[in-house]
Amino acid sequence: MGEELGRAVSDPDLESLGLKEEGLRDLFRMMALTRRADLEATALQRQGELAVYPPLAGQEAAQVGSAYALEESDWIFPSYRELGAAVVRGVDLVEYLHFYRATWHGGTYDATAHRFGYVSVPVGSQILHAVGYAMGAKLDGASLCTLAYFGDGATSEGDFHEGCNFAAVFHAPVIFFCQNNQWAISVPVSAQTVAPIWRKADAYGFPGVQVDGNDVLAVYQATREAAARARDEGIPTLIEAVTYRMGPHSTADDASRYRPASELETWKARDPIDRYRERLVRAGVADDGFFAEVEQEAGAFAARLRAGVIASEPRPVEEMFAWVFAELPEHLRRQRQEVLGD
Amino acid sequence: MKFREAVRAATVEVMRKDARVFVLGIGVPDVKGIFGTTVGLADEFGADRAFDIPLSESAVTGICVGATFRGLRPIFVHQRIDFTMLTMDQIVNHAAKWRAMFHGAHPVPLVIRAIVGRGWGNGPQHTQSHHGTFAHIPGLKVVVPATPHDAKGLLIAAVEDDDPVIYIEHRWLHEEDGEVPDGYYEVPIGKAAVVRAGNDVTVAAVGPYVGEALKAAGALAGEGVSAEVLDLRTLRPLDSETLLASVRRTGRLVVADADWGPCGVSAELLAVTAEHAFGALKAPPVRVTWPDSPVPSSQALEPGFYPGARQIHAAVRYTLSRGASAGLAGSSTKPFEGPF
Repeated sequence: MGEELGRAVSDPDLESLGLKEEGLRDLFRMMALTRRADLEATALQRQGELAVYPPLAGQEAAQVGSAYALEESDWIFPSYRELGAAVVRGVDLVEYLHFYRATWHGGTYDATAHRFGYVSVPVGSQILHAVGYAMGAKLDGASLCTLAYFGDGATSEGDFHEGCNFAAVFHAPVIFFCQNNQWAISVPVSAQTVAPIWRKADAYGFPGVQVDGNDVLAVYQATREAAARARDEGIPTLIEAVTYRMGPHSTADDASRYRPASELETWKARDPIDRYRERLVRAGVADDGFFAEVEQEAGAFAARLRAGVIASEPRPVEEMFAWVFAELPEHLRRQRQEVLGD
Repeated sequence: MKFREAVRAATVEVMRKDARVFVLGIGVPDVKGIFGTTVGLADEFGADRAFDIPLSESAVTGICVGATFRGLRPIFVHQRIDFTMLTMDQIVNHAAKWRAMFHGAHPVPLVIRAIVGRGWGNGPQHTQSHHGTFAHIPGLKVVVPATPHDAKGLLIAAVEDDDPVIYIEHRWLHEEDGEVPDGYYEVPIGKAAVVRAGNDVTVAAVGPYVGEALKAAGALAGEGVSAEVLDLRTLRPLDSETLLASVRRTGRLVVADADWGPCGVSAELLAVTAEHAFGALKAPPVRVTWPDSPVPSSQALEPGFYPGARQIHAAVRYTLSRGASAGLAGSSTKPFEGPF
């Protein structure tokens, strides 16, 4: 699909990646864990254990490949569909899913410990937090970059344009990582923008790269290069990872109402996990034993997630008042008393 | 020291004390320095701690929120508060909510300085007040200093505060003179000030209306009426204790607010009073607020739009069931002096 994608980075040479065999296998492992956890979360929602969940199936290569390409000290600012990046960062998924289980206002994971920002619902808003963090790091003289995840729909938001422009002007070390999954709920990318997304970078004066988002190694390579440019030279990069959301926008959506079935079939044939499995076998890096081992690990991972989610309880009512302000103001103290009856 | 100089003095104090503080906004390093409030900051602290921005109010607010992740303490300055309307997603959905959403783990120590204009035209989109809009949102603190002393002390307190603080300055107060102590001091957020003691009526005033209320109280004293004037200073969290203590003593309340009335801070004050001091009231409370229409551009319309000492005086008279005095002029007027 290289030609069809124009300036695509696709199917890179294994040697050029600097990943040892263990790293190559690790990428597969993370993608498999992500797929399995994502399916489990969707199932949990269907069974009434989660209030809502936005599935990412089909986008594993885009998320895992990019998150894996960063250094530990680099920060990730997700939207709401980046469970795969959370897996790479070792975020506790039960804590991550508190938000989707509606047992708390947000995820309760430690963002700083994982350098993984909070789930952000207003579309594109997290792009600015990534720029702000990067700018702060630059003021401190720290050598790191930030990566903002967003979708094709977010590229129509003002925040995307303003964030790109600001980062360019201030040389903030940011990677703008667009997962173009073809659909913003029911709006196709053709109704979102006329110009190819990666080309928008021209307007801000930094590199734009289009990458086959279902090729984990291509994503890894493009992100690795962008991260080096950001850290070493303060040059942001816009990466457009061309991929596909195989499921609905969220469990409250029915994609079959607006998407042709043939389109899904086309993209199923490009399933990023199947493709990468073939690649690893072809390169002699992994065998059936490895894949069986990963499958077992993924099953156990999903079982732990299920048990953890089901066991997680809503936070106590008094916490509703706990962190509205740094100190509890008098009127809130009274309201807390009325609610708790103490 | 003038009010605008006090704002600058506070900024210098906090930037000297804490290297995590930086100031950004359109015109910060400009020679005019946002009405003089940011003059010389870039010289003393460097261009990476006091700088200009692209015209991207929403983005810059989000960038400030992101910078708090690194422990930085931004001061984002708007020459017109009207432009904060472009930033509401980042202020309301992010800055105000993060502490609660993330289990207390992420404070957002952001200060938004927003300047309210008057008398320079472009009324409807250039001279609104909006403090009531922000005061409605849980997680935000809102302060409106009325004196140079409080302008300095409240700005220092706002930067020290771990919550997002909307710091609102009225352009007409920028040239006011007053005593300002040297050095580093805070005026506590959440505390109103009794600026004139009295027994017959409580006049609770916001920002520029504190001065108008004091003028009215002076005239009333000559008529044998003892008015107590409160400078609210903080609109959120509201110092209802000071308000209620005063109203319980005087039994009468007039609120003078530089904003629209409906759903505003004046409405909140009346609600708090009705809920907690209903029995103490000797007369219905009265609000002196803007007419419920867009702020006019025309100077010919402004005297009709902005109430002043005369209206406050009339409101007090009403609560005392005495006739209004014709002896006081309406709202103060000032010639437009620019620059923008």
